[in-house]
Amino acid sequence: MKTGHLSSFDFGASDIDVGIFFETAASRLAAGGRALAYFAVPEGAAQRLVMAVGFDRDGRVEVYSTLVAGPFRALTPSFPQLHLFEREIYETCGLKPEGHPWLKPIRFNTPGSVPGVADYFTVHGSQVHEVAVGPVHAGVIEPGHFRFQCHGERVFHLEIMLGYQHRGVEKRLVGGPDERSIHYAETLAGDTTIGHAWAYCGAVESLCGVNVPPRAQIIRGVMCELERLANHTGDLGAMAGDVGYLPTASFCGRLRGDFLNMTALICGNRFGRNMLKPGGVNFDLDHALIKELLFRLDSSYRDVEDAVSLLWDTSSVADRLEGTGVVSKQAAEGLGLVGPAARASGVGLDTRRNYPYGPYERFTLGVSGSGDVYSRAYVRWLEIQKSAELIRGWLENLPAGPLEAECGALKPDSAAVSLVEGWRGQICHFVITGAEEKIRHYKVVDPSFHNWQGLAMAMRGGEISDFPLCNKSFNLSYCGRDL
Amino acid sequence: MEIIKPLSQYLAVMVLSPLLLGVINRVKAFFAGRRGHPTLQLYFDLYKLFSKTPVYSRTTTWVFRAGPVIGVSAMVTVLAVLPFAGRPSFLSFEGDFIFIIYLLGLARFATVLAALDTGSAFEGMGASREMQFAVFAEPAFFLGLAALARVTGQTSLAGMFGALTGDTWRVAAPVLVLLTASFFIVLLAENSRVPADDPATHLELTMIHEVMALDHSGPDLAYILYGASLKLWVFGSLIGCMVLPRHSGSWASDCALFLLVMFVVAAAVGVVESSMARLRLIKVPYMLITAFAFSALALIFQMGR
Repeated sequence: MKTGHLSSFDFGASDIDVGIFFETAASRLAAGGRALAYFAVPEGAAQRLVMAVGFDRDGRVEVYSTLVAGPFRALTPSFPQLHLFEREIYETCGLKPEGHPWLKPIRFNTPGSVPGVADYFTVHGSQVHEVAVGPVHAGVIEPGHFRFQCHGERVFHLEIMLGYQHRGVEKRLVGGPDERSIHYAETLAGDTTIGHAWAYCGAVESLCGVNVPPRAQIIRGVMCELERLANHTGDLGAMAGDVGYLPTASFCGRLRGDFLNMTALICGNRFGRNMLKPGGVNFDLDHALIKELLFRLDSSYRDVEDAVSLLWDTSSVADRLEGTGVVSKQAAEGLGLVGPAARASGVGLDTRRNYPYGPYERFTLGVSGSGDVYSRAYVRWLEIQKSAELIRGWLENLPAGPLEAECGALKPDSAAVSLVEGWRGQICHFVITGAEEKIRHYKVVDPSFHNWQGLAMAMRGGEISDFPLCNKSFNLSYCGRDL
Repeated sequence: MEIIKPLSQYLAVMVLSPLLLGVINRVKAFFAGRRGHPTLQLYFDLYKLFSKTPVYSRTTTWVFRAGPVIGVSAMVTVLAVLPFAGRPSFLSFEGDFIFIIYLLGLARFATVLAALDTGSAFEGMGASREMQFAVFAEPAFFLGLAALARVTGQTSLAGMFGALTGDTWRVAAPVLVLLTASFFIVLLAENSRVPADDPATHLELTMIHEVMALDHSGPDLAYILYGASLKLWVFGSLIGCMVLPRHSGSWASDCALFLLVMFVVAAAVGVVESSMARLRLIKVPYMLITAFAFSALALIFQMGR
């Protein structure tokens, strides 16, 4: 059935016959649709398969569901973007997608399974070797296991095995909303606190039928763009560090902190925890604070401009970034990549533009690239410029009005899709309510869920020594994918 | 009495060489707008490591333990041959420049064997990269020394640099400039500095020299770090002797000036590291081939002079 994001609908109305479900899904995906979410909800002894398809060009969302009790038809062979969704369905409910090439576990959350213990690709031949990295890494980062199948320095394929960070957040959100729900959402991926909290709030608000006041919408926008500024700046610095280019690396490291401190100035937490709540925001901006924020934004932005332009002006850096880790547009579309990584490959998807919400009604930003590390870095620089411009505009013309609207009880037996453009890409929260006005099922799709496969593609045919650089250019979340 | 001066020079090198890395790090910190760690940090690190108990993996053999010791001994021996401020060393003989090339090769061989002995994929990768780059760096270095032997008509290092005077610079400046450039590139590559390698990285997949030392600990790691600082001194002092041909006759002022030049060389390394990114790994050989071309060109110029 057709719907929009951020508008609740009667969940029962999405039900269609099994045969028609797969036919419709295949035809919609073939017609340029992108799977926003595809998951199974237990219903009695059977399982209900639910798929949300997004049409980026006209910002339309369609939701279909069907009841299945046994093996069902896998769509992955025709639509690779579903490969991880179908593996997830198989792992969580045991229903087998018939025809899926390889149903490897993705989170190891079934009884008796141990993270990392699974079948892997193997390579044979003289001078062919495998390099295993992780799950414990040299830096202070999250755990993940990487296997490179190599010939000398050349990588045939990179196999990424995650699941070490699975916490069962989706399950904890069922039965809500309660006091803790928003905090679970905020910590889905620590560096995307505002993004996920916003997506959660959007879902709850549409299920309550509440309109968020304009002032709160704009303040949410400011917070989200500050988060984007901090992360993009930090990542550009980290990329400079990975190619051994000192000046940008050290300056951007400090500047990321400046943006985080601006967030802390507003809500007392550097990552924006406890800023958003269903219906509005918790903290207001007064005149003095706005003045201080504008002053800090201008001075930090100028510093970022100086530090980052060093990156584009140094030929040894350009040589290192250009042509490294290319993801073709075809691969990016086929795998359903999102966010700056997809835009750098020429995919025109930005939730703020394609599915406008809140303060982004008239948002425009067209970025494109050739899919290499340079493009991914440059797209971030373009987005930094846009974010600074947006924040400046919003702070100068902050509408007056209340900070929140009262959220009542959730509509029973309904569902809502909430899309937000986090700094890493599109975040999708799909919420289904039960008969008693409580959350019956909560599905989170973090941008990292789609994009890890993009990193594997970027490494194909590349050099193993380029991996850290490619990895930084994506900078994906482990816990966001593992949930 | 004649042994006192060379011996004190030798001891001075042993004591001062970790200071070079301190200077490089200060320069890098300056460019990065940081305070940086203390100039004497490596001394503190060495002290700390020497008081630790090493840990050995069960898969390693005596080869692994011998690596650092052979490495540092080879460097200590090289420095006994190497002239200081153009002054003769106490172990100098005809053709000793071939001797030091073999000693450097021996140190590398021992390090690589120790790395391979761990059986780790990372260390194997680092060892293979080290050997690959050595194939390009060694000829550049060897040919450079051969050209220098031609210029000065001497075959011992002490003789070569002793015979190198301001007059030599006046008549053979192009040759000496090419050789200095070649030695500087070899210095960067051999001492795993940017743009050949990044000594500051924590990413095993991109490392060359550092990754081979990952499994060493305690005094073994101290030997490796100390050996690396001696190696930096070896290449630095070749450049120092080259660009500072003046012999004032006063031992003290010669030595003071030479030490100053050594720190300038270290600072130059720091500036290079701060102002450019690391090369793509497959492009490092191109840089070393450039050094080889410089050395070859110097030799050709010298033959035709």
